Amino acid sequence: MFKERLKRLLLGGGEVPSSPAAKPGEGPPSTARGPAGVEALPAYSRHSHGFEQFSSQIQGCENLWILDFSGAVQENVSFVTGLGHRLYSLDVLRTLDVTFESSGDDPYGLQSNPEKIRQFLDENLNFENEFFDGALLWNTLEFLAPPLLEATVDRLYQVLKPGSCLLAFFHADEKAATASTYTYRIADPKTLLVTPRGQRQIALHFNNRAIEKLFGRYRSVKFFLARDKLREVIITK
Amino acid sequence: MWNKRRDESYPPSSATPPTSAQLAREGIPMSTIPARSVEAEGPRGSALIGKSVVLKGQVYSREDLYVDGEIEGTVELQEQKLTIGPHGKIQANVKAREIVVNGTLHGNIEATDKVDIRKDAKLVGDIRTARIVIEDGAYFKGSIDISRPEVSKPAAAPRSQQPAAGTAPQQQALPGGPAAAK
Repeated sequence: MFKERLKRLLLGGGEVPSSPAAKPGEGPPSTARGPAGVEALPAYSRHSHGFEQFSSQIQGCENLWILDFSGAVQENVSFVTGLGHRLYSLDVLRTLDVTFESSGDDPYGLQSNPEKIRQFLDENLNFENEFFDGALLWNTLEFLAPPLLEATVDRLYQVLKPGSCLLAFFHADEKAATASTYTYRIADPKTLLVTPRGQRQIALHFNNRAIEKLFGRYRSVKFFLARDKLREVIITK
Repeated sequence: MWNKRRDESYPPSSATPPTSAQLAREGIPMSTIPARSVEAEGPRGSALIGKSVVLKGQVYSREDLYVDGEIEGTVELQEQKLTIGPHGKIQANVKAREIVVNGTLHGNIEATDKVDIRKDAKLVGDIRTARIVIEDGAYFKGSIDISRPEVSKPAAAPRSQQPAAGTAPQQQALPGGPAAAK
């Protein structure tokens, strides 16, 4: 059991390899083969207004704590630590697969289980209140089932300092059953290098109203609609 | 005339290499260990903890260490390099000059020079180091704190007895901080 879970963790189980027919958006090439083939995948760069705003918030000061949901990404580590900050890195998608024992047939079944949700939060987001100065969530939230999503957003509210920002991406295509997962690499304060990792079933579609409702406790929600059908959202606590 | 004498002094060399028996007779040192391909990350020049070794307790070393077995406890290498091989599993806090992770490590690590997390590595713990390299595919959960060498500041003017505004305090371990999420 443990061996299986460890194996899936290392192999990034649960990712459905994308097919050439997959349409992850306007710009990205659709040749992703999953984490094992990350090196061979073509990356593309995109100008990100959302990240531009996020990075402007964390520049000019030092020793901030930044939470990054993308996992171990060299570029992100270099960028954040280069500004004199500290980074907490967590590969949420890989962790989800292990904690909730995701499978191709039922990727979200256990994400409604309260005990599993508590376990996930305790193992991964168990920090002091108001600990972080910012969080990079990328597009991970759209792969969380509603009960887990709500609990995660609440926990993020607890661990973020007042005035700090979250950066989250949501696909704007509300008809798509699946969405590409990406590794977002910070190239500079305005540009992201995006590498497809695979496809996942979307747990919940978000329109602007749904996003505002989800972050109702937060002070403000600011949208940037990009050309590649991706909503970039800056949420301020 | 000159060429003739040289030919006489140096007979043409044989096309076949000398046998080991011939070399032994001539007293030329020769290794009896068969040649093997050395992996780039192999334990060459390091103390080795092999695959089937399980250690529990405190490990200190004054030489480079390659761990392909299991260690539970603490690992401390003074100014040396620790390499965790692909089969290595360490559940310990680790201190070394340089740490290369190919296997599994659960624990906080502190490297005075560099941490290198390879693509098949799994690392859960907080990292404090001067430099870090992370390959795609590696699994890492924890915090990263880059410690920079302190720059010696010029002597303060007589009036500036109090700390200057905006001077960052020394980083401290944060109770209940990132480590609490492990």
